[in-house]
Amino acid sequence: MSVLIFADQSEGHIKKAALEALCYGAELASLLQTTAAALILGPVAQEDAAVLGKYGISKVLLAGGEAFAHLDGQVFTQAIVQAAAKEDAKVLIFPHNPDGKAIAPRVAARLKAGMVAGAIGLPDITGGGFVVRKNVFSGKAFAHVAILSDIKVISLNPNSFHVKESTGTATVESFQPIVSAPKVKVTAVNKVSGEVPLSEAEIVVSGGRGLKGPENWGLVEDLAHVLGAATACSRPVADAHWRPHHEHVGQTGLTIRPNLYIAIGISGAIQHLAGVNGSKVIVVINKDPEAPFFKAADYGIVGDAFEVVPKFTEAIKQLKAN
Amino acid sequence: MKILVCISKTPDTTAKIAFTDNNTKFAEAGVQFIINPYDEWYALVRAIELKEADPSSQIHLVNVGNADAEPIIRKALALGGDEAIRVNADSPDSFYIASQIAVVATQGAYDLILTGKETIDYNGASIGGMVAELLDLPYIALATKLDIKDKTATITREIEGGEEVAEVPLPLVVSCQKGVAEQRIPNMRGIMSARTKPLKVVEPVQAEALTGIHQFELPPAKAGVKLVSPDNVAELVRLLHEEAKAI
Repeated sequence: MSVLIFADQSEGHIKKAALEALCYGAELASLLQTTAAALILGPVAQEDAAVLGKYGISKVLLAGGEAFAHLDGQVFTQAIVQAAAKEDAKVLIFPHNPDGKAIAPRVAARLKAGMVAGAIGLPDITGGGFVVRKNVFSGKAFAHVAILSDIKVISLNPNSFHVKESTGTATVESFQPIVSAPKVKVTAVNKVSGEVPLSEAEIVVSGGRGLKGPENWGLVEDLAHVLGAATACSRPVADAHWRPHHEHVGQTGLTIRPNLYIAIGISGAIQHLAGVNGSKVIVVINKDPEAPFFKAADYGIVGDAFEVVPKFTEAIKQLKAN
Repeated sequence: MKILVCISKTPDTTAKIAFTDNNTKFAEAGVQFIINPYDEWYALVRAIELKEADPSSQIHLVNVGNADAEPIIRKALALGGDEAIRVNADSPDSFYIASQIAVVATQGAYDLILTGKETIDYNGASIGGMVAELLDLPYIALATKLDIKDKTATITREIEGGEEVAEVPLPLVVSCQKGVAEQRIPNMRGIMSARTKPLKVVEPVQAEALTGIHQFELPPAKAGVKLVSPDNVAELVRLLHEEAKAI
């Protein structure tokens, strides 16, 4: 048996969420006293595939080529199921990112494998069980979910497992699965250039209605820039079209778990908190001392964002300069 | 066009989350239940919009749940579903639920099957993909835009740091999120007519539950916020750097 990890790539690079999944899979494999293999579908160079050894992977199946340049869930599922059979994989790990969400449930249904979506920790395997912890109720609680089937599928929540690098090189094996013709025809890919993707960001600076209008977003952007952070916003801000919808974090937007979440002019309604309360450290800047967000925060400043934030940005610049 | 919209019953977004029976069950007492927002605001409303553009379309709803799900099914009919099917079963596991929906979907021969991107209670984001695999259909997850023309869907989906646009032939399964449609409120005419729309109850087929929840756990309470004076922002930076080690 083995643990097989789907190493999701984009334009030839293994995504950060996939690196986390690789480390998670490698650690799980050592718990289960077996080996971890990775599957790459898409145009990744042989030497870049071998680098996955650094994350504890002993073998990489590499299926390059145009057939896998874009995601087609059916085609990818066929390839993954064949790889799982080849490696006798009993546990399959996916990142719980957009591609993982599109593929992992398919693979689970095909293999009749119980699935935990959005795991946040390694399984508890004491006493022959297999119990995985995950977020439920949109971050307001956790559940310990037992997988009862022989084959198991886990998708790992981004930013939930530390990427550890060591030395090591993986054996790379060319893999040629038999797949059907894709039905999905990708016609455009539009990426927000230069910025850190919100779901992968370690630090997020987020603005709410307290910023009064889109013309004031320079405050948020300047702070984000000095911190190397991604920018986000609350729902009212996205609804008013001050910021694009993909920046909306909260219960009905994106759920994020950065190391540091800085909320500026956001009151902290329960629906907003649901999207961010997995963050390790929360800083709230709000002029209303009664804002509910302070109850969920680690650090806070009661003050006018228009005065506090530029000073904050300046102070961080000084810290970085030293 | 025949559209099937999968709807789930979830606690209201402001509901207090607590557990009973030694933390093995969600405490339902006093909690108001709603249609899962992603199912309602995006999947169902987009189905209604597609029907408005092509009035020969039919919208069917499917819910896997007990009789206490019927109020939310009636609400979905009031918004604009034509008829509903409730599979009379507890819903312990996503594969079990998907297996039930796949049977309903096969019998109805739908062109388009819509779900929300996830439920706000178990956050599995899995039903659409599982149904698609069981039916051997394409599946697009996390759609932010969905148009249909000549039996082909043009769909924009979320990817890391952007979006991807693809064309996919019907029939297919799509999970919907913000952007696909705008939330609506049912009108009086819809509410009145919902009472007489068909709501069929069918018994579940044999299917396995492949997972089971052992226990729930609430996050530990925060230690309390450390407030820093607005005149001493440098102190906040020091705390974040030295104490929290976050920057």
